[in-house]
Amino acid sequence: MTVLTQDAPQILGDRQSNARLLMGALVVMLCITSMASLAVGASGTSLWQSLLDLAMGRDLSLRDRVVLWDIRAPRTFMGILVGAALAMSGAVMQGLFRNPLADPGIVGVSSGAGLGAIMAIVLGGLLPAAITNQIGFYLVPLAAFFGGWASTMLLYRVSTRKGRTSVATMLLAGIALGALTGALSGILVYIADDAQLRDLTFWGMGSLAGATWAKLFAAAPLMFLSMAVAPFLARSLNGLALGEAAASHIGIPVQRMKNIAILTVAGATGAAVAVSGGIGFVGIVVPHLLRLMVGPDHRYLLINSGLLGAALLLMADVVSRTIIAPAELPIGIVTAVLGGPFFLWILLRQRGILDL
Amino acid sequence: MMNAQDITVAYGSREILHGVSFSAKPGQVTAIVGPNGSGKTTLLRALTGDLPYTGQAVLNGIDIATAKPWDLAAMRGVLPQATPLAFPFTVAEVVRLGLQRGLEAQETSLISRALARVDLGEFAGRLYQELSGGEQQRVQLARVLAQVWHPVSEDQPHWLFLDEPVSSLDIGHQLQIMQIARDYADQGGGVIAVMHDLNLTAMFADCVALVADGHILEQDSPNTVFRNDLLSHAYKCNLRVNTPPATGAYLLPHAASMAAE
Ligand SMILES: Nc1ncnc2c1ncn2[C@@H]1O[C@H](COP(=O)(O)OP(=O)(O)OP(=O)(O)O)[C@@H](O)[C@H]1O
Ligand SMILES: [Mg+2]
Repeated sequence: MTVLTQDAPQILGDRQSNARLLMGALVVMLCITSMASLAVGASGTSLWQSLLDLAMGRDLSLRDRVVLWDIRAPRTFMGILVGAALAMSGAVMQGLFRNPLADPGIVGVSSGAGLGAIMAIVLGGLLPAAITNQIGFYLVPLAAFFGGWASTMLLYRVSTRKGRTSVATMLLAGIALGALTGALSGILVYIADDAQLRDLTFWGMGSLAGATWAKLFAAAPLMFLSMAVAPFLARSLNGLALGEAAASHIGIPVQRMKNIAILTVAGATGAAVAVSGGIGFVGIVVPHLLRLMVGPDHRYLLINSGLLGAALLLMADVVSRTIIAPAELPIGIVTAVLGGPFFLWILLRQRGILDL
Repeated sequence: MMNAQDITVAYGSREILHGVSFSAKPGQVTAIVGPNGSGKTTLLRALTGDLPYTGQAVLNGIDIATAKPWDLAAMRGVLPQATPLAFPFTVAEVVRLGLQRGLEAQETSLISRALARVDLGEFAGRLYQELSGGEQQRVQLARVLAQVWHPVSEDQPHWLFLDEPVSSLDIGHQLQIMQIARDYADQGGGVIAVMHDLNLTAMFADCVALVADGHILEQDSPNTVFRNDLLSHAYKCNLRVNTPPATGAYLLPHAASMAAE
């Protein structure tokens, strides 16, 4: 099991080099799934034929160019970003709450972000023009970020007392939060006018279908920023596994890192939800699989989660596009069918430990 | 040097420590003893900066209340009374959590040396959650040792703050862990340990602070503090201290006179 590298001598129980190997394997896997995602689609355009044509210096037909560049490519990039963002926020959130069942989708952070996005679309017109002109297209992702931030803060306040998170309280508060934000979102959709409803469909609350470069560029900065910050939390999240007091004893500025972690979760989840709606279970399945494989060290867990989350979401998207072709199954259904039983399995496995 | 003046701690409106003063020198093992609920852990947590307090606590010239966590972590490790662990880390990974930045080069050897020191050399690959309570406590001690491995560096003494380090250990490992504390002090570091076993305290400590009801009744050498009247008053039971010149003080609960009272 243990693999030796030349420079760092290893002791038993050190899973670092395994984690690094896995990182390499995941990069390869992500490349392969990206190609698959570019190659598969309803139109019958062949990625390989087109690449061959380009290599030979021939021009692509307008149709092939549109299919590959304007339809499939943004969808692939969107899948990568959303998958990575959801899986990474899951890993950060689990580290922050010190428990493996925390997930932005399950505990209502995604629906909080969704409410933010819908508010921006339906009530955005009420904002002073000066503001909307300034932030323009970024309004929806930013609003989703604030929605996600508010729900994460609320959830953390409710379920954590003196640095200890109660799993039962967290899950129950998540249900309440999800129901409340869902109801508010429903009211907003109900009062939305036709133009706003078109906008709501444009943002596609619930799938990767309809990914465009414009949407991607609106959400990408927030996602990139959050995902770039997350790895810097790794050492702190590791320390937090010992509890808040012990984390501070080994030199971690606990309060500050918790605030940053909450902002990271809100940023990544919010932006992902703004462009794709609540795609569930990625954030819980991915980090859990990785912990089983190479352990919970966040220095590798966070990055590996991003890679595996991206790859898995692309695969789920390919399935959703092909399984009932030419029609499309919403990707949220695919991830729920796979992730739901997995979540139950984790719950049963952890029941003793978590005292549920 | 650890110096605490007039420390008062309250949980809500209930005052637990009433203006105690406490000090500890590097090169010594300083024990804090006293009955359950007397405030030992509370005092230790104030000294490690975990609790808000009034008064002043200074470690190596740095005010605990305003110090940055990383500055404190560079000069003192803390072993809590119990440490939960959230995720399935291996023993080696738990010990690595204690390592401060800049030690990456020696990382592997420090981890195995710290584990060997607490007699867990064979346990590096085991999952922490699958260990016994005493083994877990020793892993945590190895983590703390790895954090401040050198008792002295750059002329600054390092410190171990231990809350009941041997309470869940068998007698062999009790002696072994107390010896680690003793050696750390002999090499110039400071050790502050909350203890329940007065005999081990008499054997290993240079200085002992006796806490009762949120006051320090006395702080001095064990031979001075361990007197029949003082201990019996603090612990509210009859205790008899024997002091044969060859071994130093040891204690026996005095069953007969307890019944008589
Ligand atoms: N979080 C808390 N909130 C309120 N009161 C507390 C809290 N922690 C401790 N206390 C109270 O403070 C007093 C001192 O507690 P402390 O933990 O310092 O005792 P101790 O001397 O370490 O006891 P033990 O030998 O049992 O470990 C006790 O009366 C306890 O009930
Ligand atoms: Mg205590």
